[in-house]
Amino acid sequence: MTFRLSSDAIRLVIPALSLSLLLAAVFWLQPRAMSYIGLNLLFNLAVPIALATIAQMLVMAVNDLDLSMGAFVSFVACVTATFLRDAPVIGILILAGAVAAYAAIGVVIHLRDLPSIVVTLGMSFVWGGLAVLLLPAPGGRAPDWVRWLMTVKPPLAPMAIVASIIIAVIAHFIVKRSSLGVLIRGVGGNQRSVERAGWSIVAARATAYALAGLFAVLAGIALVGLTTSADANIALRYTLLSIAGVILGGGEFIGGRVSPIGAVIGALTLTLAGSFLSFLRISPDWQIGAQGAILIIVLALRLMLNRLEKREKRR
Amino acid sequence: MASSMDDVAKAIIAVDGAKVSFGAVKALDGVTLRVMPGECVGLVGHNGAGKSTIVSVINGGLTPHQGTVTSDGERQERYGINAARDRGVRCVFQELSLCPNLSIVENTRLVHRALGGFGWRSRAAKIIEKSLDAVFPGHGIDSGRTVGDLSIADRQMVEIALAFSDAGTPARLVILDEPTSSLDASLARQMLDHVRRFISGGGSVIFISHILHEILETADRIVVMKDGRVVAERPAHRFDHHGLVEAMGSVAKAETRQRPVREQSAAPVILSHQAAGIPFTARSGEIIGLAGLAGHGQTELLLALHAARSGNWLPQRNPLVTFVAGDRRLNGVFELWSIMRNFSIASLGDMSRRGLVLEAGEKTTATAWKERIEIRTPDLDNRILSLSGGNQQKVLFARALATRAPIVLMDDPMRGVDVGTKQEVYAIIREEAARGRTFIWYSTEMDEVCLCDRVYVFREGRITAELGGDAVDEANIISASFEGTA
Repeated sequence: MTFRLSSDAIRLVIPALSLSLLLAAVFWLQPRAMSYIGLNLLFNLAVPIALATIAQMLVMAVNDLDLSMGAFVSFVACVTATFLRDAPVIGILILAGAVAAYAAIGVVIHLRDLPSIVVTLGMSFVWGGLAVLLLPAPGGRAPDWVRWLMTVKPPLAPMAIVASIIIAVIAHFIVKRSSLGVLIRGVGGNQRSVERAGWSIVAARATAYALAGLFAVLAGIALVGLTTSADANIALRYTLLSIAGVILGGGEFIGGRVSPIGAVIGALTLTLAGSFLSFLRISPDWQIGAQGAILIIVLALRLMLNRLEKREKRR
Repeated sequence: MASSMDDVAKAIIAVDGAKVSFGAVKALDGVTLRVMPGECVGLVGHNGAGKSTIVSVINGGLTPHQGTVTSDGERQERYGINAARDRGVRCVFQELSLCPNLSIVENTRLVHRALGGFGWRSRAAKIIEKSLDAVFPGHGIDSGRTVGDLSIADRQMVEIALAFSDAGTPARLVILDEPTSSLDASLARQMLDHVRRFISGGGSVIFISHILHEILETADRIVVMKDGRVVAERPAHRFDHHGLVEAMGSVAKAETRQRPVREQSAAPVILSHQAAGIPFTARSGEIIGLAGLAGHGQTELLLALHAARSGNWLPQRNPLVTFVAGDRRLNGVFELWSIMRNFSIASLGDMSRRGLVLEAGEKTTATAWKERIEIRTPDLDNRILSLSGGNQQKVLFARALATRAPIVLMDDPMRGVDVGTKQEVYAIIREEAARGRTFIWYSTEMDEVCLCDRVYVFREGRITAELGGDAVDEANIISASFEGTA
């Protein structure tokens, strides 16, 4: 490939830059983080968030928004900590059914022309309710293979980094390189022209949602692997974190402009922002506000870059 | 007729007696069109003549409510987008229809469904580059670029090249709907040359353009449409520029003038605007028409006038302009509100004191306007959607007229309104104009433009002609709309 700064590449500059800046700041504050174990500790909670962010990104690629992401990941975590450990076959069936339900939600949203925000908001209560039914009190245990997978110590780089890279590469392949990814992003970019080329939009949307469901299931499993037990409210923050991750990574709410690599970087940045604030010894009372401030600064940078880009184009 | 049956057997696509209507509007009223192999059919007509609708029928996007589609002698019972594509029907649409977020190669992949499988990127790149090289030699477009980063002309070139590209099923009939609108002269020349090459290779083209000399020199046969019907069909060499213009408006019945010519050059100028082309001025009490082909800058002028005369942040106490939207569903009605709320929203400032709405006053004004323009409803508290389209439009008119703004901007507001309502609204407009209100009225319907005192004709974003007094008639407007094409 020849070197050319496409608009997609420029979009990746800000997220990559903000991640490196945060990382440098963390290393400066706490040099001991600059080690195998330190990096793993910094980033291992980023793995489920990255998977959930990819799931959200797939939904956003078709111009929709999934507000049930957190509840769904919590539900999956509960299934993982109960059925998937005690009765793997039933557990797998339940998770497969959940992915199918995601596809069905996509079909309903398309056929009835419903706002995805409303439908997924409603579904978030359904998933939340099911999770409470499964685990009324925190409990359950992670299946051993999941626990092993999340604590494995690969050579060279810690698990969290390796996993993030694998997630980014696989998602990049699906969304940016495959025909299916082109179709999904095409629906987000110009639905009419995809329709005129003879594709089924319903099928495309259903596939995008099913893939999102699949990644969200992986997020729930990975989360239980880290925490060893589950709780019906374990991942409620993921809804907003995943949306923020996509936007932070250079994605947009509409227009089918998404970047899987950017989304993973966005998820890493969000996780790191939390650690950075702890290292600064900011009291927990202020941390959420400070995290919001970091988000606003990064997004403001992006907005400025977008404006510059537009001005260039007008010339 | 034996020869006609013969034609149907040979034609790539033959449409017979197609009728399509959208609500009360007849978009196609029995159109018969055949496209033979190795033929370029030129299709011309003014706004709303039905060109785009017949194109949709041919490319499978629209099933005619009556009539048949025949292809290669086989009657098509289930003719759809995929059937059309399998028969080699390709289309370049009037509005650009690529996915702006995808690269050229990815757009190629979407257009050619059969292109999948491992290594499709290099195959798609080869196909589109070959086609671009064939149509626009020396184009200099890199097929890896994102469409959104391309200039408008480059996008149009890619779209044209995509239509002619071959990935298994070769193109046999290419429909070009205003393909040259954003190409400069030399690129347009390259494209027209390619069309002729394609024709001599046995392909067929349906060519729609408002640039008449392109049609005259490229097409073999020219079909003129008006009001959903084919009104003239002749070999191209038997038309000339003047004859075409005449044919497009020829059915103009010798209608009686409803409009008394009013002399207004003495009235004070209330608004002037330096648009591209002829400067725009409006006098108080005038009805000014904005004419020309749809999408040539009329709406932009209305929006610019509105933006220039209204506050950005706070509503002005005495607004100079008010706006009647054309697309009711998109930016006209508040669907969940009652008729009264929909009416009063623009003048709430006048109906309230200290930030609170005086409900009694609101009700009296609304009832008065209901009587005056005859909104047919038992109760103004009913939802706006309980009204027919025409009556909804009347509410929007009342909303604008109830403000104190002396200038009313209208963005083709009569789309899809029945004839009776139109006449009533015309009467209201004339009455209000007589009281000194100014109307600036963009319309795609010739009859409405002919009601105006003065008409500005738009072409490619510029005002190219100003017609006043007796010069406002269909023939003059059509010829001004197509002027400057030679």
